[in-house]
Amino acid sequence: MRDVAIVGFAQRQMKEFDGSPTCVELLVPIFAELFEQTGWTKSDIDFWCSGSSDYLAGRAFSFVSAVDAIGALPPVMESHVEMDAAWALYEAWVKIQTGLVDTALVYGFGKSSAGQLRRVMSLQMDPYTVTPLWADAVSVAGLQARAGLEGGAWDEEQMAAVVARSMSDATGNEHAIRSRTTTVEDVLAQPMYADPLRRWDCAPVSDGAAAIVISAADTPAFDRFPGQSAWITGFEHRIEPGALNSRDLTVSTSTAAAGAAAGVDGVDLAELHAPFSHQELILGSALGLGDDVRINPSGGALTANPMFTAGLNRIGEAARQVWSGGSQRALAHATSGPALQQNLVMTMEARS
Amino acid sequence: MTDVGTLHAPMKVEFDYTRSLGPTLSEFMTGLKRRQILGGKLADGTVAVPPPEFDPQTYDPITELVPVGSEGVVQSWVWVPEPVPGQPLDKPFAFAQIVLDGTDRPLLHAVAVEAPDQIATGQRVRAVWAEETVGAITDIRWFEPEGDGPATVPGPEGEAVNGIIAPVNLSYDYAASPEESKFFRGLADGKLIGQRCPVCEKVYVPPRGACPVDGVPTTDEVEVADRGTVTTFCIVNVPFTGQQIPIPYVSAYVLLDGADIAFLHLILGIDAADVRMGLRVKAVWKPRDEWGTTIANISHFEPTGEPDADFETYKVHL
Repeated sequence: MRDVAIVGFAQRQMKEFDGSPTCVELLVPIFAELFEQTGWTKSDIDFWCSGSSDYLAGRAFSFVSAVDAIGALPPVMESHVEMDAAWALYEAWVKIQTGLVDTALVYGFGKSSAGQLRRVMSLQMDPYTVTPLWADAVSVAGLQARAGLEGGAWDEEQMAAVVARSMSDATGNEHAIRSRTTTVEDVLAQPMYADPLRRWDCAPVSDGAAAIVISAADTPAFDRFPGQSAWITGFEHRIEPGALNSRDLTVSTSTAAAGAAAGVDGVDLAELHAPFSHQELILGSALGLGDDVRINPSGGALTANPMFTAGLNRIGEAARQVWSGGSQRALAHATSGPALQQNLVMTMEARS
Repeated sequence: MTDVGTLHAPMKVEFDYTRSLGPTLSEFMTGLKRRQILGGKLADGTVAVPPPEFDPQTYDPITELVPVGSEGVVQSWVWVPEPVPGQPLDKPFAFAQIVLDGTDRPLLHAVAVEAPDQIATGQRVRAVWAEETVGAITDIRWFEPEGDGPATVPGPEGEAVNGIIAPVNLSYDYAASPEESKFFRGLADGKLIGQRCPVCEKVYVPPRGACPVDGVPTTDEVEVADRGTVTTFCIVNVPFTGQQIPIPYVSAYVLLDGADIAFLHLILGIDAADVRMGLRVKAVWKPRDEWGTTIANISHFEPTGEPDADFETYKVHL
């Protein structure tokens, strides 16, 4: 395997982005920020890969328009996934492992506020037997939450503790959309919304874009890189069946399998992509994270959940902790599909 | 100029997906049409509704479907306080995972109750069928708490259901980019506004936010002429749904004087056969009281009568 490091990360999040569905206006300054972090120019990037979906804001081929932000003349090598950009990063990492490219810039973008996000998300369900009922994303998560609550897998206080920690930690994150120093009692005092979920149990609808630069170590561009590196030590993803009645919703066997393959031993910090509070509990159990592991110091997806970048942001936030010395060995997770259907785990470490 | 935000407009996209069914779902939907719910028998002996098309353990096709009850038990539920369009009920209701009698794995469907305190895990519910069934999951309108009413009696065998029509409709608040917004606002004043890339100095009409060559914001505003040169064109001879102009007509790339990138518009006022590369054309604006923030303010382009432009003047703009 080639040694590959995360060398740049930039993000933008907001409740409602007053701009085009292609988010080019966000991507241009994000790319500029990454060139500043790395000291590189466009010509140092061998491969570009993005994650987005036209369903979010209704613009056909928005990922093609977003290529404007690159400045693709002379032509660039580019690819796209209709998934969180964490999976675009996986594609880029594999491409570097093949030896075809040495560096990659991976970006994601989405304007969820343009539509009704929880309704749009019902289009990812089974098109024959579930989507015709427009089973929305919040409802599906609520069914999962109650299954665990009444089955004894977790309780209301544990969910509230996730919310309270996330929102309190988010006060230190300038990119967070929902932040407030709060307590378990405050959270439990909130009214039910989609019973058994309170509004704070559900990630806020968020717009945004983000990007990460990765590089192989054995390349001239990396020799010129002046900053800190977060070295990728494991990168795996696994998927479960789409049908909700084919799996136990209170556990995540795909996360456990991806974690085991990536290697979670010695991790001191984890950024988990859990758009609903109870999902963080599922992920923590699946990965076997102990009490000594710091979870979501950024506030996590519960405090800003831009579709198609919230997973990539977990990787970026974990890398920032490694760069700053806040973590020696960090884990980042991303999810895709209904009720944690598909899960990705990356581990990374600092090296002196 | 004060920042007035971007231009927004509501946008709806709709499509009725016609989905063919494989043997398993065909049998399941045929059952629904006669008000009979069928479960798939899996390799581990459990029965699942809806039946998966392939066994999740052995990956073999599910071939054995068995009649199951139209009544069952709530396994998990969630309150839907603000239903979205298309859901089974348009007032608050519950979605539930329902284990039907004779099955082991839950069906996701709606339960019609007035408030969350009227539903509980373990509660018995029964299907409420549509007056007219078509062979779709929505033939079950929703479930309701089980009462003393008569049990459902399945109808006679009918013709097999081989497909479903699944309408998808989505509503958006569609925003133009800040640069496009300036362009459209300019059109409302009868102006054509482009932007110049600060690096390569090319003028883009309409402006695009970032120069696709250099990847930098196009900040420098430029007003261009409403006349220009046809760089390339096509003659439309094929009728299609929604066509508004009688065929044959000409769609052309017009390179406006002062712009570096041509844009697409309609050429009229000349026989289609006489349109050519290099033809000089000018915008024909609609009456001013019909103008809005739209490119449709320009009805079409027509020949100016000037001599054709020399190929050298536009060859790099093709």
